[in-house]
Amino acid sequence: MNRIKQKLSENKKLLSIYFTAGYPKLDDTVEILQQLEKSGVDMVEIGLPFSDPLADGPTIQASSQEALKNGMTTDLLFQQLKDVRKIVSIPLIIMGYFNPMLQFGVENFCKKCAEVSIDGLILPDLPLAEYEEHYAEIFKKHGLLNIFLITPQTSEERIRQIDNTSEGFIYMVSSASVTGSSDGFGKEQESYFERIASMKLNSPLIVGFGISDSKSFQQATKHTNGAIIGSAFIKMLSEKGFAGISSFIKSIR
Amino acid sequence: MANPNTTQYSILNTQYSILNTQYSILNTQNMNYNVNEKGYYGEFGGAYIPEMLYPNVEELRQNYLKVMAEESFQKEFHELLKDYVGRPTPLYFAKRLSEKYNTKIYLKREDLCHTGAHKVNNTIGQILMAKRLGKTRIIAETGAGQHGVATATVCALMGLECIVFMGDVDIKRQAPNVARMKMLGAKVVPATSGSKTLKDATNEAIRDWINNPVDTHYIIGSVVGPHPYPDMVARFQSVVSEEIKLQLNEKEGRENPDFVVACVGGGSNAAGAFYHYLETLEVGIIAVEAAGKGVDSGESAATSALGKVGIIHGSKTLLMQTADGQITEPHSISAGLDYPGVGPMHANLFASGRGEFISITDDEAMEAGLELCKLEGIIPAIESSHALAIFENRKFKKDDVIVVNLSGRGDKDLDTYIKYFNL
Repeated sequence: MNRIKQKLSENKKLLSIYFTAGYPKLDDTVEILQQLEKSGVDMVEIGLPFSDPLADGPTIQASSQEALKNGMTTDLLFQQLKDVRKIVSIPLIIMGYFNPMLQFGVENFCKKCAEVSIDGLILPDLPLAEYEEHYAEIFKKHGLLNIFLITPQTSEERIRQIDNTSEGFIYMVSSASVTGSSDGFGKEQESYFERIASMKLNSPLIVGFGISDSKSFQQATKHTNGAIIGSAFIKMLSEKGFAGISSFIKSIR
Repeated sequence: MANPNTTQYSILNTQYSILNTQYSILNTQNMNYNVNEKGYYGEFGGAYIPEMLYPNVEELRQNYLKVMAEESFQKEFHELLKDYVGRPTPLYFAKRLSEKYNTKIYLKREDLCHTGAHKVNNTIGQILMAKRLGKTRIIAETGAGQHGVATATVCALMGLECIVFMGDVDIKRQAPNVARMKMLGAKVVPATSGSKTLKDATNEAIRDWINNPVDTHYIIGSVVGPHPYPDMVARFQSVVSEEIKLQLNEKEGRENPDFVVACVGGGSNAAGAFYHYLETLEVGIIAVEAAGKGVDSGESAATSALGKVGIIHGSKTLLMQTADGQITEPHSISAGLDYPGVGPMHANLFASGRGEFISITDDEAMEAGLELCKLEGIIPAIESSHALAIFENRKFKKDDVIVVNLSGRGDKDLDTYIKYFNL
């Protein structure tokens, strides 16, 4: 069974962490993964840095740029992850933009993911229709779950469509925003979380964007299956380094 | 210059042709070089956008052809093009330039448009589109500032809020256009991410649209971005080739030149000049790109020569990138051509062989610009100077009829001309 599905079946509120591969230092990837698992994180999204991250706010833009400056590449990420499964067993997802994957070759990229036991992919700018028409078969062949996003503006009809195509979970973008730009949630988000939960979708819901602390984590997971923290974790990492990971994670739950 | 009767005719004709083009989208078998019903030009185009943008782009996709076909839209659009922009722009026979190169050269004088370039054809169309979609807030990206000025202008005209994203580096080197935008009531927001130029200004505009999905319309300045933008912008700019056909018929007794020539950055002026000739194979299409300091110098913007298929700003097209798929910084002396991608229509013209692509260096363009000043008394934008430089690089026959789209005037480039020629 795919590790993501297994984790989702555990019936707890999942805490997932996003970080940018190659940041703060080029070779930090595996060390960060290990620390996150040790601290009790349920799932990790490894960000493959891109020069033009359209859906990201200043924090992830900066970490991506820094990672590229450090020399991060797609090839290098797969090298770094070669033996990761000897030490890390939680679900691992690669999150990145479509162009670097396209240049690497979609088939080749998926094959490499399978080799290092990646469980799923999040590609914000690969549209549903393109995925279904050209790439779904390849993803499936290599056992990769493709995670789709919905937002407060996504129509009910499209949410149903995404739900039918989704295999792992649906990534629920908390508000109309890029990453890292919200301070806590108000009534608007609360009713959006409730509205989607009441749709009784087949796919579990995991909330991302704007979650930074225990309070926003609680709010985001009240009606859903979990939440993802990205920018706030990266900020912490730039300030405190590895030493801060454990206490940051503990402060969330 | 076309007489009033011709203008009248061209308005009706344009109305007809937009409907006609819409019809031909349904009959794609004869359309090899225009967009298909899925938003692709050959393998290029599509809408590779984050889900956050899907509702906005989908709203536009579902409505743009319908809105453009409305009689009230056509009427308002063409009245503004005529009375506010100053269309039709002349098709001018450049006698001395023709003599020098021993061929027949016509210049389509888009430089005489209000605000100084063809850009305003598109911003007029899009502001009317935005109003019909009920949007109250307008955002735009700009490189040199021409599209920013054209957007600020139409926002002032319609009384809509206007925010223009501009690379921090460009703000510093294009001060007069920044001042123009401010005078026109726009807010200019510096893009401080990445390389702080046009590509990053575009990223910032897209991020703003993600953050403001309901009340905001994004006026993209070129035939780039997710479908339907490349097609919509091309249709608004298609008035250029529409007029060329009528005007050339008057002057030469033929609608079709042997060649139509335009510079290509993102490619909006070229899309307008090529539009009604795309499927007319007897008309040669020549797209001129900026080689910068030379195609192999590492400082170039010649996308067809240096680019590979990839995704930029929501479109699958040719773009300059590293082997690892990171988008690289282009270089051109002309800010308007300084873009690492090219519109999907042009990528397809290149890949299919329908278009001839030529790259012109900074130096060649500057010389050609100065030559037009001396021979014809016209100071061209440096973008347009690239198109003019083909006459030193490519031979034409004596009786060839060539239309060069003179996309903009050189006022905005005086500083660059002054420094380059030590004037």
